[in-house]
Amino acid sequence: MKSERKRSWRTERKRSWMDSLRRGAARMGGFFRKGTMDRDLEEEIDSHIRMATEENLRAGMAPEEARRKAMVRFGGVEQAKEQQRESRGLPWLDTVLQDLRYTWRTLLRDRGFATVAILILALGIGANVVVFSVVNTILLRPLPFYQPDRLVWIAPEHTEGLSGSTYSVDAFEDLRSMNRSYEDVTGYFAFSTPDNYKLTAKGDPKPLTGIMVAGNFFHVLGVNPALGRLFTADESRKGGPAAVLLAYPFWQRQFGGDRSIVGQAITLDNHPVTVVGVLPESFDFGAAFSPGSKVDILTPAIMDDFRYEGNTLTFIGRLKPGISVQQARAEAKTLFPQFYWGKKYPDSKGNYTGWPVPLKDYISGKLRRSLVVLWCAVGLILLIVCVNLSNLLLARAAARSKEFALRSALGAGRGRLIRQLLTESLVLAGAGAVLGLGLSYVLLRYLAHQGSIALPLLNSVRLDGTALVWTLSITVSTAVLFGLLPGIRASRANVQEALKDGGHGATEGRKHEAMRTVLVVSEVALACVLLIGAGLLLRSFLKVLDVDLGFQPSTAAAMKLDYDDGNNTDRRSAILQNVARRVSAIPGIDAVGFSDNLPLDRNRGWGGPRVKGKTYKPGEVPGAFVYIVAPGYVKAMGMRLHGRDFAWSDNDKSEGVVILNRKAAKGLWPDEDPVGKIAVVGKKDVRVIGVIDDVRDTNIEGQTGWQMYLPMTESDWGPDGAYLVVRTKLPPAQLSGTVLRTLREINPNQPSVEFRPLQSIVDHAVSPRQFFVLLVGTFAGLGLLLASLGIYGVISYSVTRRTQEIGIRMALGASPGNVQMGVIKKTLQMASLGISVGAVLSVAAAQLIATLLFGTTPTDPPTFGVMLVLLIGVAVLAGYLPARRASRINPMVALRNE
Amino acid sequence: MGDAKLDLLQGTLDLMVLQTLAAMGEMHGYGIARRIEQVSGDEVLLNQGTIYAALVRLQQKGWIEAEWGASENNRRAKFYSITKRGTKQLADDTEYWRRLASVMGRVLAMGEEGARQ
Repeated sequence: MKSERKRSWRTERKRSWMDSLRRGAARMGGFFRKGTMDRDLEEEIDSHIRMATEENLRAGMAPEEARRKAMVRFGGVEQAKEQQRESRGLPWLDTVLQDLRYTWRTLLRDRGFATVAILILALGIGANVVVFSVVNTILLRPLPFYQPDRLVWIAPEHTEGLSGSTYSVDAFEDLRSMNRSYEDVTGYFAFSTPDNYKLTAKGDPKPLTGIMVAGNFFHVLGVNPALGRLFTADESRKGGPAAVLLAYPFWQRQFGGDRSIVGQAITLDNHPVTVVGVLPESFDFGAAFSPGSKVDILTPAIMDDFRYEGNTLTFIGRLKPGISVQQARAEAKTLFPQFYWGKKYPDSKGNYTGWPVPLKDYISGKLRRSLVVLWCAVGLILLIVCVNLSNLLLARAAARSKEFALRSALGAGRGRLIRQLLTESLVLAGAGAVLGLGLSYVLLRYLAHQGSIALPLLNSVRLDGTALVWTLSITVSTAVLFGLLPGIRASRANVQEALKDGGHGATEGRKHEAMRTVLVVSEVALACVLLIGAGLLLRSFLKVLDVDLGFQPSTAAAMKLDYDDGNNTDRRSAILQNVARRVSAIPGIDAVGFSDNLPLDRNRGWGGPRVKGKTYKPGEVPGAFVYIVAPGYVKAMGMRLHGRDFAWSDNDKSEGVVILNRKAAKGLWPDEDPVGKIAVVGKKDVRVIGVIDDVRDTNIEGQTGWQMYLPMTESDWGPDGAYLVVRTKLPPAQLSGTVLRTLREINPNQPSVEFRPLQSIVDHAVSPRQFFVLLVGTFAGLGLLLASLGIYGVISYSVTRRTQEIGIRMALGASPGNVQMGVIKKTLQMASLGISVGAVLSVAAAQLIATLLFGTTPTDPPTFGVMLVLLIGVAVLAGYLPARRASRINPMVALRNE
Repeated sequence: MGDAKLDLLQGTLDLMVLQTLAAMGEMHGYGIARRIEQVSGDEVLLNQGTIYAALVRLQQKGWIEAEWGASENNRRAKFYSITKRGTKQLADDTEYWRRLASVMGRVLAMGEEGARQ
């Protein structure tokens, strides 16, 4: 019994569900077949009334009476029709369509307003979508790896630069075998230089950038090849088969996406290497680990090749399920001190610490604050846009108050009026959003292809589903935000008052104006916050550009140099001297030098120099950044030298020499001139022949560490390739051809490369800051424009409203100058109120961005001063136009008009 | 109750239309309205016009169907008839109404019994 009832209940449920579905479909049909259904109903009602009349006639009524009675019994014909329509179709959709049609007509009638509103909205929404997409890509979206939340970056807790965050091969192997927290640990060789490989194929040799990764690198990250396979254990062993994986873009560019390349050999650095696979498009080593640089190939790191070359590996671990970062940290505390720098050296144990952080934090953590600030800035813009549109709509509502009064007199309810106005706002916001999406699509494509901005993952920025959802939500909230206030106000208008011929009364108008003034004041305040924030960031950026780099990038350029010295220092010296002589002879080249690496380009730390005869505690001497250079480099770079440069005669036969930077020199000999003193580098005694001013080696904004320069001409220091650096006043691109031809004459294997202006390396280093300044600056400009529009709108409206009054005053003797001053004074009152509020808010906001500033205090008086003056200037300008119009009012015309 | 006519409860008109069609076969809107008035002994407050909303609703649910035809006086009129699904629905609804009516009856009788004791 019970189960039966249950079943019947269930079938009933099912049936009623089917019925509502059927009914829904029928209603849709009813909605679209309005015409036929209306005619049908009309005919039906007609025949109904005839039949009723006939029956009444049969009952003996007079014809008139019979028909009247029939109508009475039927009830209202129109009511019945409406009732039927409502139950057969989709009444709400009818209303919406009606509202939309009406909106369309209204906006079409007021094209100027619609265009301005849509443009403003498009800018506001577009900017928000762009910033959201960037934030989403860098901060919110998970990394393009398998279960990325379990990946950690392992480095000492407080590191300065990359060289402090790397470990030796022995430490790597110990960590892999001794840990209990990780499924596996991997790493890559941290000190690769750009263009470190040479590809010889058909035509000229080409430089490639490759990274050596531990054999298990892709397994740990969970990256599967798009084609072929990953490295085998054999291929990571010394003497094993040579293998290479191609990055997707490089495969496309170099091999045109040819699938048959897998399994074939290519010639890298004059040796055949087998292409074992192609990495997927989603994997971009540079985007994740060295933003703003491209990586073409990945090769297996042969650990035995650099086992004792120092701390060269970075660590990335995959946590076991259930192990937290905290647990891994606790383990690292006891585990890392057990590692050796090199097991050959028993006393090299105990110098390591480790502090795992989520990989995502490592990659984008530093940018979080900047991005949040950017997000806030763009949010402010949207707020200003809303205020501005509210203002425009209020002005329009004032002009349309008669229309609304009429509609409400004809029976439109208040809800209906608000809904009509909200429909208008939604249509405007929707159109703005479509346009804004178009703008942001273009901008995001541009950003994704800007390889030179050093922001991680930026290459994968795109307009995705999340961004579309975001767009939709901000569009709707924007529309409600800017449409609701004018809607409520308009619907509350007094019908009697509004319909009177004189338009709205004076009180209504004044109230209206007061509200608009409040809106404009808040708009100015918001714009003020944006402007001052942008000003502080801009000033910081200028300060960064103004940093003394220690070299002069503007007239220097570098080119990767290929040479084959057979590991013979004398031969190397001879080759370099030859190149220097030949290249110096090219017209336009002022100086020539060589170095195995360039400032701000990569990282390298060696054990620092020590004072001869002095003993040091372990860790007392900081590591030093090493440049192995040839004579002329110091001059070609435009570095400032105290003492002498290297000479070609500084070689194995003469005494060892070194040039220190000021910081290292001060560290070793705090109170003496170090030139002429003997230092120990590694195990070799070297004489300090010069001191150079500190060069920014790894970043512009941080501190400079110790640096030492060692000669390429001594065989104790194996240079890591060489860059030819020239100083020239000509554009480097113009020289590339000539120089390359000369180098080819000396060495036919020289890869064809362009000169890289050193300025581009500096630009790359400041690109994230530039990116943020550019965006925030643009938003501030937009805010200023919108605020001035708001001011203009309100002042202009008040002049129009007061035309009569101004006319009377002028008739009574006020001069045009008086009138003009009056209007400008009013503008200034409004603006300075907004600016005062804004300035106070700015002081608070500036504290929030204090950590993003460089060489600028959050209350930097010049910035505040300039920005406030700028705001006042713009406000006066916005007020000047209506003021001029006011001063040209002809009293006769103004008074006659009413 | 006095002279006031009964206000129709939500959904009752639909049921009345279904029952009328089930009992009388094919009918036009006016016929249905008249029939309901007659059976209810003019106790129901019915604007005849409201019947058309009910008719379109039932049609959309697939419980009745309509066809144009000629009336007794050879006048063009739309004729409605109950469908199979409509008949089933009618059975369900009738059952429901009976049960509800009996429960309501019992509940409302409760006070009277109490008063008698």
